[in-house]
Amino acid sequence: MTRMAATRDGYGEALLALADNPKVVVLEADLGKSTKSLHFRKAHPERTVSCGIGEQNMLLVGAGLASSGYIPFASTFAIFTERAFEQMRNGIARPNLPVHLCGSHGGTHTGTDGSSAQSIEDLAIYRTLPNVVVMHPCDDVSTKELTMQLPGLGKPSYMRTARNKTPVLYEGKESQIKIGKGITLIEGNDVAIIACGVLVHEAMEAAKALQSEGISATVVDMHTIKPLDTELLDSLSLKCGAIVTAEDHSIIGGLGGAVAEHIVTKHPVPMEKIGVHDRFGESAGSEEMLEMMGLKSHHISDAAKKVIARKA
Amino acid sequence: MTGMSISELEEMARKCRIEICKMTHRAQAGHPGGSLSEIDILCALYGHRLRARSDDPDWDDRDRFILSKGHASPGMYAVLAEMGFISHTDLESYRVKGGVCQGHVDMKWCPGVDFSAGSLGMGLSYGMGCSIAANIDGSKRNAYVMVGDGEIQEGSIWEAAMAAAHHELGNLKLFIDCNGIQNDDFCEAQMRMFDIPAKWNAFGWAVKVIDGHNMSEIVSAIDWMDTVTDKPAVVIGMTVKGKGVSFMENNPAFHGAAPSDEQLAIALSELGVNA
Repeated sequence: MTRMAATRDGYGEALLALADNPKVVVLEADLGKSTKSLHFRKAHPERTVSCGIGEQNMLLVGAGLASSGYIPFASTFAIFTERAFEQMRNGIARPNLPVHLCGSHGGTHTGTDGSSAQSIEDLAIYRTLPNVVVMHPCDDVSTKELTMQLPGLGKPSYMRTARNKTPVLYEGKESQIKIGKGITLIEGNDVAIIACGVLVHEAMEAAKALQSEGISATVVDMHTIKPLDTELLDSLSLKCGAIVTAEDHSIIGGLGGAVAEHIVTKHPVPMEKIGVHDRFGESAGSEEMLEMMGLKSHHISDAAKKVIARKA
Repeated sequence: MTGMSISELEEMARKCRIEICKMTHRAQAGHPGGSLSEIDILCALYGHRLRARSDDPDWDDRDRFILSKGHASPGMYAVLAEMGFISHTDLESYRVKGGVCQGHVDMKWCPGVDFSAGSLGMGLSYGMGCSIAANIDGSKRNAYVMVGDGEIQEGSIWEAAMAAAHHELGNLKLFIDCNGIQNDDFCEAQMRMFDIPAKWNAFGWAVKVIDGHNMSEIVSAIDWMDTVTDKPAVVIGMTVKGKGVSFMENNPAFHGAAPSDEQLAIALSELGVNA
């Protein structure tokens, strides 16, 4: 039986593990219980700063700490990080200060809280900022591993985590996980499915279904959206000749946008994008949301067949 | 702490006013009004109190100074030149491609600048981060921040005001340059702020109101800030926008407009430059 866990728990575990580094500090905006920074707070209250319900202030407190040699990890819900976008832009990205922002409860998968809580644009907006690394891991192990690598990054980052549990893929395989390097989970030749976050699991289900129909699909976990693993993308364009991207995010500007922007400049191949089609969500369960938004494995396998049919 | 006398600080401010006029005239752009209103406080802070080293601007344990009203950069550049962080020749690079004197003060471009400004309402939060870092380090260094009065219309200022008091940041020191004018018009017309000292007092800060052009009062206020150690302190400097140049004084047109050739000549004459 596959272990199930939420990526936000991986983030919380990583912060606690990073506490040995005396320069690591944690910033909260009254959602530490949800983003899972609470474990660090309990163990190290002297290095945890409560910013109240004030995200704009939180990010710039982080910038001030980073300018003084600290490595701040700030978290809130993905949607509320967006309130402080300009602080991230002008106060953190522009001076290239290593503040690490985690937006939890991202995507429609967050479920019954409804559309106000379902960030579907975070990956797109942060991806536009120079210096900022953007990640959306798919399980708690990779979330923890990627977070553990952040103190060595020397530049700012944004990581989206999810509220609800997903299957754990990387138990004992931590060494495979590197910021900026996509991970090939299934090898195939007919189509490459490039996914991030909770849709990595849907992509793997889709590949299994396609296999039963005689179609061999590659599945890649593109946990880092920026910098994009363009070397891997180029090889997949040449090998498979067709690409499907899959993300619990708007089809505008996220993983699909990033992949499309790159492949048209190098080895253009037919492409389909699985994502939220320029609309807001609503209150429903996680699985219901994925179905409603067209993000389930059967949507991905349909898109795969469609894009294969478009090959020259 | 260079311990300059009151008369030395006044002379430094006069020289800086000359440079502010020259810089904005040369660039035919920039913000002379708010530079002239802030300059006496900046000179007093740098000349009397700030622990920083012009020969080692990145010294870890320096006091931080954060000019949050980053458009008033000519004032800061003039002070940095007087204090030896940059050269007077560097002032000619104001708003010029590749120059250390970017349009808004920028820590990535200019030695002695601790914050990349340009978007109002950000510096106090950043200063708070510097204060917390000093506390974790066990250092006695301070973070000084300057904002404009129009700037405190930004909501994030009040997020920071509340948070700094909550965290009892006795090493966070704020100046408000209350010149009464913002970009489009007088503050009274744009957004009345009513009793500014009462607001800061209500947020839990130690508050002092001074004449922001009286050098003795400014120096005393900076010394007073040092005595406040259990909460953040704010000095509200009542100032005149464009102070020192008759046609700029209290004139909203010179928030963001450069003097012409003729206006520069008048300004320099008023500031004691012999033709």
